[in-house]
Amino acid sequence: MSRLEIISPEGLRVDGRRPLELRRVNSRTAVLSQADGSAYIEQGNTKCLAAVYGPREPTKRAALLHDRALINVEYSVASFSSGERKQKLRRDRRLMEIASTIKRTFENVILTTTFPRSEIDIYLQVLQIDGGALHTAINAATLALVDAGIPMTDYVCACSAGYVNNQAILDLNYLEESAEIPTLTVALLPKSGKITMLGLESRLHLDKLEPVIQLASDGCKQLKENIDATIRESTKSLAKTILQ
Amino acid sequence: MDASVVSAAQMPDYGDDMAVDNESDDGNTHIVTPGEVVTRDTAFMRGHGTYTEDDALVASMAGVVDRVNKLISVRPLRTRYNGEIGDVVVGRITEVGPRRWKVDINARQDAVLLLSSVNLPGGVQRRKTESDELQMRSFFGEGDMLSAEVQAFFQDGAASLHTRSIKYGKLRNGSLVIVPSALVKRTKSHFATLPCGVDVILGLNGYIWVAKHVAISPEIVNQPDALYHNENEPISDAERQTIARVCSSIVALSRHNNFINDTMIVYTFEASMGHPVKDMLKPDICQQIVLAARAQFREASLQ
Repeated sequence: MSRLEIISPEGLRVDGRRPLELRRVNSRTAVLSQADGSAYIEQGNTKCLAAVYGPREPTKRAALLHDRALINVEYSVASFSSGERKQKLRRDRRLMEIASTIKRTFENVILTTTFPRSEIDIYLQVLQIDGGALHTAINAATLALVDAGIPMTDYVCACSAGYVNNQAILDLNYLEESAEIPTLTVALLPKSGKITMLGLESRLHLDKLEPVIQLASDGCKQLKENIDATIRESTKSLAKTILQ
Repeated sequence: MDASVVSAAQMPDYGDDMAVDNESDDGNTHIVTPGEVVTRDTAFMRGHGTYTEDDALVASMAGVVDRVNKLISVRPLRTRYNGEIGDVVVGRITEVGPRRWKVDINARQDAVLLLSSVNLPGGVQRRKTESDELQMRSFFGEGDMLSAEVQAFFQDGAASLHTRSIKYGKLRNGSLVIVPSALVKRTKSHFATLPCGVDVILGLNGYIWVAKHVAISPEIVNQPDALYHNENEPISDAERQTIARVCSSIVALSRHNNFINDTMIVYTFEASMGHPVKDMLKPDICQQIVLAARAQFREASLQ
């Protein structure tokens, strides 16, 4: 089996990054006119679009909660998102699992008790995948929720990290993810450093867990600066026009 | 960022009671983002959009800081409609239930319109009988538009509406424009008749009803079926064009995040006269007419 060289002798990765470097992040809010809040984010070549509707009247009366808002997450991956065109399954188990992970991530952060008997819908569409689709989707959802004016205790920032050649590497791309590198995804609240989601789908030695979590958390904190700058920028420009 | 590290320079001075509420040191509005500490002074009360965490007042939304005496709140600039008692709203019936209608008013829950808070044909002060209950759908059916006033709030935050005035009731002869609710400001009157002969109801929930002007006479209350019939008056092509132009003017204003009131609509309407209605919302023309309307508004307010 020919193994791809993940880190070159010069210490560079396949896409030219250093092990502890994030990919370029580019984000925007208020990209859709119909949604209450929306956002678009690019992390390297991974692109995700998020739309948030609500808080609004629940569509299913049976699901209504009397003391807090119901959160609904729909996660989908465009059939043109990866190298090979995929026929979309109607109810893909894998996608539903990711959606429920994202839902649980945000349930603790959104102040749902301020909206009893309401529903908040988060629609996530991954447009292009180059590794790290889950954490990109979480970051997109955070941006869209803030854009929709939904109260949250803090941002939720997510990032992935892996471990290869005795070294932790940050924000894996598709080539690295598919090279059997254990990949850990962390979503945390940057202010308190509390972790709301931690996902690892392959085996990683227990001794290596700590440094990998640490690296992913540092990545989240870097991303927070980026997300915060986008939000500040859009709020400022809205304030300029609305409060003239 | 550690929550405890908030430099004094980046926070406006809330200590002075006389300080202008949302002006920060650099003269701009004070913008906060979720998780940001607004103040550590325990003398303040927390308002909407904030929560407390170890004595610190922390923002839970991105928006501008509003201060009223000792109450600090964060006002988001894009959010769903938050009603207040007395607000004029435009809504759509979503459900007919036992002695009540559910009305979509773009809020976080559908509002409730009780059968006892509508005027029924044949006398204002008439008791609601069982037969009224059975024919509720003949007054308002699903999908009907109506204008109403917010009368009260239920425990869970849902609004209760009433249409007990000749001003309110079923809407006909026009079309609905939806804009962000933040763009419609509270004014003395939300009912306007524009010089072009079009009635506009500026719902504070961001639903705006644009309709052909129809004079309402007080006698209408006593005519059975006049209040709740579903037939439009005959509307000529020219009137349709005018309504469409007013609708597009409102959409143009909302695309540029401009506040919406009757004067602003008139200015935009006038600025658009050089263009056919179907071209009004092309990005360049849209921007041009909004800028022209803004200039005229500024000019008028200087006089």
